[in-house]
Amino acid sequence: MDLYQTLTEMWPSLWPTLAAIGVILAFVPVLGLYMTFIERKLAAYVQDRIGPNRVGPFGLFQAIADGIKIFLKEQIIPDHVYTFIYFVAPTISLMTAMFALVVMPFGPVPVDYQEGFRFVVAPGIDIGILFMFAISSLSAYGIILGGWASNNKYSLYGAIRSCAQFISYEIPLGLSIIGVIAISGSLNLEKIVAAQGGSIWDWNVFWQPLAFIVFFTSALAETNRLPFDLPECEQELVGGFHTEYGGIKFVLFFLAEYTHIVTVSFLTALLFLGGWHFPGLTGPVDGSLGGMLLRTFVLVAKVGGVVAFIMLLRWALPRFRFDQLMGLAWKGLIPLGLINLVLVAIVLTLELPKHLLAGTALLLFVAAVFSSYQLQRSMNQTVNARALNNGVRGVSA
Amino acid sequence: MTTKREKTVKWGEEPKIGWVEAMYLPAVMSGVATAVRHAFSGKPMTRQYPDVEPEIPPNYRGVHRLNRDEAGRVKCVACYMCQTACPANCIEIIAAPAPKDDPHWKDRDKYPATFTIDELRCIYCGMCEEACPVDAIELTSIYDLTGLSREEMVFDKEKLLSVFDKTVQSGKDPVRTNRGVLGPASEEAQSAKQGPPPPGRGRHG
Repeated sequence: MDLYQTLTEMWPSLWPTLAAIGVILAFVPVLGLYMTFIERKLAAYVQDRIGPNRVGPFGLFQAIADGIKIFLKEQIIPDHVYTFIYFVAPTISLMTAMFALVVMPFGPVPVDYQEGFRFVVAPGIDIGILFMFAISSLSAYGIILGGWASNNKYSLYGAIRSCAQFISYEIPLGLSIIGVIAISGSLNLEKIVAAQGGSIWDWNVFWQPLAFIVFFTSALAETNRLPFDLPECEQELVGGFHTEYGGIKFVLFFLAEYTHIVTVSFLTALLFLGGWHFPGLTGPVDGSLGGMLLRTFVLVAKVGGVVAFIMLLRWALPRFRFDQLMGLAWKGLIPLGLINLVLVAIVLTLELPKHLLAGTALLLFVAAVFSSYQLQRSMNQTVNARALNNGVRGVSA
Repeated sequence: MTTKREKTVKWGEEPKIGWVEAMYLPAVMSGVATAVRHAFSGKPMTRQYPDVEPEIPPNYRGVHRLNRDEAGRVKCVACYMCQTACPANCIEIIAAPAPKDDPHWKDRDKYPATFTIDELRCIYCGMCEEACPVDAIELTSIYDLTGLSREEMVFDKEKLLSVFDKTVQSGKDPVRTNRGVLGPASEEAQSAKQGPPPPGRGRHG
């Protein structure tokens, strides 16, 4: 009786949450499958091929065929794995990836949080973005445990690389966000989006171009996507951390990776590209159905654009060497993030016009590159001169 | 101490990059632009093979055929030249004397009673058709030769003649059909038919 009463009382606030959870749970696997299809198609077009076109019109059912095939695969458990961790690792991976979506608005959320359906599972979390970062960096556990449990040198190497990469790139990721948070004055994702609700020039990407570059690069590294996919590079590590995984367990890792891409794309769109705002579609969210749908469409279109860009980057850039990867984080992105942070602090403290940030940030970026380039060159000259003096290069046999 | 470099060793230099390139972003964007350009070029290189069959050049050396003469008989005179020339030993001919009393066979001493080619053993070098004095054996441009058993891939006379019929019907004669006279036997037959062959045509003509 008590339970029933509580439920009826809670129902007006309970059903939107359940509905949102249902939407996410239904969409993530389908999205993951179809993103593989889109990725294959896009890769084919970039390489002047046609791509999958056998199953259904334009190969559209290829994703479903892949899904059925992989669900029906035999479950192979290698003899040498630590069975418990071996099974837990992929679930952790997907669980954390999906958990991060809890605070993610996938459609317009008015800041007054009225009753009814909302495009987010947990609206109005004031530490939204912190929660998201905390949870999504837990997904490193999935990879590390998977690599460890596989009891295999290649998998372990993949896991170790992934660990180092996660730790390094968390720092610039956090640094780049702080500027945005300082300007918006909130950690709440919906409020950050609402703060960009004016004209198109209110989007954070125009105020914070440097932060955007740093954020996007390190977010890409967090997803283990191609220029940064050292944990699973086939040429060096067979399959990386998922070498020993097959069938449905592999799919869990795979879905986690694609969920990460979606998360990163959503974050980019929400934090930097104005969320559901668009010229002509500004101001606070009204409750009308048409407006909601239109805004959802705008947000999803932006996210789709970012996803497509990430997929294109895969075919534009070669993979980093591991020392280059670490160098990029520690010698490139972290100093840039710090510079940007100091700049934002100065502008906010002195109450200078915010749009000053864009030009100065870009100028600082160029200046930083230039000075480090000159420094590097003079250092190389010294090293080369020393090497030549020691006759390192020209020793005759 | 000055550097002495080995004369025989080629020293590679790392490509120098300017500070604009050291920003990476312009290079990244140009890379993405290349990718996008290809994505929207709309000219895929893919050949959709089973749906769209490729144009095979007529000098391709594919499945053999045994030619027929005007009377529809097998053109082969069972001279064993191809069997002798074959480096893979895939041709097996059993000759039989041509029926003497039949006026239809008056121009022929021998004909192949059986003529089998093991298509799996053949290396498709074309030496059999080089050797043939009467242009009886030829390699066609049929390339998709498949079968379910090894026995099936040993082609007998009827099968080889049917390949001839098929290629003649589809108008896919090999170019070497028209290469002219190859030997005395062929020359005789040809001059009897249409006078001396035109000079300068074909390898031996």
